[in-house]
Amino acid sequence: MREMAGLDEGTPLFAQVAERLAADIADGGLAEGERVPSTNELAAFYRINPATAAKGINILADEGLLDKRRGIGMFVAAGSRAALLARRRAGFTERYVEPMLTEATRLGIDSDELITLIRECSNEQGSVAV
Amino acid sequence: MTPAISVTGLTRRYPDHVALDDMHLSIGNQTITGLLGRNGAGKTTLLRILAGQEFPSSGSVQVLGAPPAENQDVLCRLVLVREDQVFPDLQGYPDFKVSQALRAASIFYPRWDADLASSLLKDFGLRAGKAIRRLSRGQRSALGITIGLAARAEVTLFDEPYAGLDAVARQIFYDRLLAEYADFPRTVLLSTHLIDEAAGLFENVVVIDRGRVVLDTAADGLRGTVTAVSGPVLAVNSFTQGRPVWERRGLGSQASVVIVGQIPPEDRDRARSLGLDLTPLSLQQLVVRASAGPAGTGSPTMRTSA
Repeated sequence: MREMAGLDEGTPLFAQVAERLAADIADGGLAEGERVPSTNELAAFYRINPATAAKGINILADEGLLDKRRGIGMFVAAGSRAALLARRRAGFTERYVEPMLTEATRLGIDSDELITLIRECSNEQGSVAV
Repeated sequence: MTPAISVTGLTRRYPDHVALDDMHLSIGNQTITGLLGRNGAGKTTLLRILAGQEFPSSGSVQVLGAPPAENQDVLCRLVLVREDQVFPDLQGYPDFKVSQALRAASIFYPRWDADLASSLLKDFGLRAGKAIRRLSRGQRSALGITIGLAARAEVTLFDEPYAGLDAVARQIFYDRLLAEYADFPRTVLLSTHLIDEAAGLFENVVVIDRGRVVLDTAADGLRGTVTAVSGPVLAVNSFTQGRPVWERRGLGSQASVVIVGQIPPEDRDRARSLGLDLTPLSLQQLVVRASAGPAGTGSPTMRTSA
């Protein structure tokens, strides 16, 4: 398989490009007001068709997360970071908690044990207080 | 917009078989299209006819709005790079050099870019002074690709252009093709068996089988439309019931069933609660299934795509 900078072949590439850009904005890698890479820059980086990259950018533009400045390019819109973080928080249960519970059930780990495991893991990482 | 390539009812008969069988095809202007299919499906015959190097038995072909055969106005605006490219007149001119092949191309193609050609030679590690008859298979491919890209032809046809090229050189080809396409958009038709490698380049894919088009669609639209559902056989059966099934395999208490169609989020939740794994098929896996096996085994869903 050819390296596409981490994109996978199983889901539409434009959606993955949009997701990557959104994640970059949410994590602060792309600051509000900053110029977003052009279609051709994204195409060269991910090694994908420019039309596919353009479709990815347009998704975010349609959602109001990017502003188009004619003749210059796309820029991260004000307020987009907060919007993306709120969206990610809303999907947290579905994306992380539910799959974990499913696997825990398969393994016979009950919720008390699961909470203990999370606490231990969290102490090791020293990050989130549970 | 007028398509760059338009094929209507194209048939090409040979004494012993039919290479193209009433083919209909339209290739959009300034797109990169993957031409895919098994050996003997008709890819090379189609590309040769598009390049005016072979004649249809019946039907019509338009490239840039006109039939390409013996039409100099069209032929100088298109380039065909073939697998195991043979450069002309080598027998008469045993010392014919890479540089001379490039000069000949520069005369023929009005938009030829000599700087691009030199920079591609450098990338591929090919010396301009080398005699063509001394080139390895991979070096001949590199020369073909160099000519194909530096011609900057409005219609650029690649027929398995990388015989003998290693993975690094193929990556150079893909990257340079994308960069060139970004700077000077053109219509590219690339036939390849290395689908996984090239899949990301394609805006559209055309799959042909026994001289007919069996799939013609946007590449990205295919991704995620076919999914392998695997897990305990009872759960798999319950989940896949009533869905179009492409393939069914089992081993003991485990089963894997390939289903066609998008899976909505609520169904994904259900699959998860049943302990099932959902794995989307890659473009390569889709194409293999669309063009594999004896007549009529491909999915009807895939065959009816516009």
